[in-house]
Amino acid sequence: MAIRRVRFTFPEQLIKEPLIYNLGREFRVVTNVRMADVDETTGWVVLELDGDVGEIDRSLAWAQAKGVRVDPVLGDMVEG
Amino acid sequence: MSFATNLRCRECHREYPLAATHVCEYCFGPVEVTYDYDGIRKAVSRDGIARGPASLWRYAEFLPCERESAIDIGAGFTPLVRAKHLGKALGLNNLYVKNDTVNPTWSFKDRVVTVAASRARELGFEKLACASTGNLANSVSAHAAAGGMEAVVFIPHDLELGKVLGSSIYGPTLVKVQGNYDAVNRLCAELAGSYPWAFVNVNVRPYYSEGSKTLGFEVAEQLGWRAPDHCVVPIASGSLFVKIRKGFDEFAKVGLIEPAKTHMSGAQAAGCSPVATAWAEGSMNFRPQRPHTIAKSLAIGNPADGYYSLVQLQQTGGSCGMVEDDEIVAGMKLLAETEGIFAETAGGVTVATLKQLAAQGKIDADEVTVAFITGAGFKTGEAVADALKPPLEIDANVESFESAYRALHAAAGVA
Repeated sequence: MAIRRVRFTFPEQLIKEPLIYNLGREFRVVTNVRMADVDETTGWVVLELDGDVGEIDRSLAWAQAKGVRVDPVLGDMVEG
Repeated sequence: MSFATNLRCRECHREYPLAATHVCEYCFGPVEVTYDYDGIRKAVSRDGIARGPASLWRYAEFLPCERESAIDIGAGFTPLVRAKHLGKALGLNNLYVKNDTVNPTWSFKDRVVTVAASRARELGFEKLACASTGNLANSVSAHAAAGGMEAVVFIPHDLELGKVLGSSIYGPTLVKVQGNYDAVNRLCAELAGSYPWAFVNVNVRPYYSEGSKTLGFEVAEQLGWRAPDHCVVPIASGSLFVKIRKGFDEFAKVGLIEPAKTHMSGAQAAGCSPVATAWAEGSMNFRPQRPHTIAKSLAIGNPADGYYSLVQLQQTGGSCGMVEDDEIVAGMKLLAETEGIFAETAGGVTVATLKQLAAQGKIDADEVTVAFITGAGFKTGEAVADALKPPLEIDANVESFESAYRALHAAAGVA
């Protein structure tokens, strides 16, 4: 199990969709909104995703396929 | 003097003082250093820079700390080599290689660490820390030693002896962590949040990443005060890729060069290619990957600047290639055999990608093109050891030598 913190940025056409709710239904991942700013045309949300690493990866791929921009809040710490 | 003014969020543009902060408290976007460019414009000139030290501190006005108090072990101002032989092999008429293998700890990480360590000491930190599989650990250990600071360096438990030695000689507290790459990442993220240390690529990352732009400054100066037409840069976190272009843009902003029209192209190993894969799919979103490649210094599956790298590829008309492990080894050999530069696996990625992009016509043959070679080959010798010609073994007499030498040439078809 793992917790990953990510930043979702929504394009305008997705603002009205219950995307985070649907993500929680489609995948065995607990979503926790830590910060957000959403209005009629644009929005971002910082989310904590708690679950199996593979399931988190699949849920993020699903969100990206929907058109959400997904950024790591903190990228990998280990560098070459 | 430094002309740094603030930290600013790249997403929401909120500003913060120049402290040890790496994400925006409001939106968690990354923050970066801002400068008083009018002040820099008045303070710098081509002649003044040319008279500066033979290190990246010749560009101190563009950096977020003071030259006088810098921890300077000689990072930067590395050779820009006119790569005629490699260019000929690849069909590129104006190719240069920026040879960053000759830095004090043999990689470009000395650029980022000299800036991060200097700023960390200015901010009152006594300990430098990092998590690394090689180059970063070496550089943090060396700069901490030279700066009279303590270093705490976390490494994976299965790291090769040569890479461990390259850090331990400088006397850091070296911590071998049991567990896989993800486990080391998670542990270090937790420690970075709870210990009052300067983790160079975490809480002082805004300063750290500024060191990379000095590669752009140097290339512009060494080309006779102009930006190149095309750059090929290895992408790990993406910070280096983005900051080299920032170097050209800052020089243009203060009037040292004409505005840059440089195409920025990226290079990744196929075994860790989140940015190149997104680019190939035409997406501005990347999916994190589990790295599996011999190019371990580029093995960042969840790159902090992945999105910004994709934006830069798009905005500059660049391209992003990915290459397999055998191509990486072939790239290392090609660079060594044509230009006399022994690069680590990341250099093999860059050269192999350069070859790929040239063959695809994505780099024009006459463009002034610079390939960035970021680390020395002795660090990853095991990657090429099996692909190299074995030495002749002879008895200590002339007959034995001549017999072996003739046999070698006969086998190669040489009279």
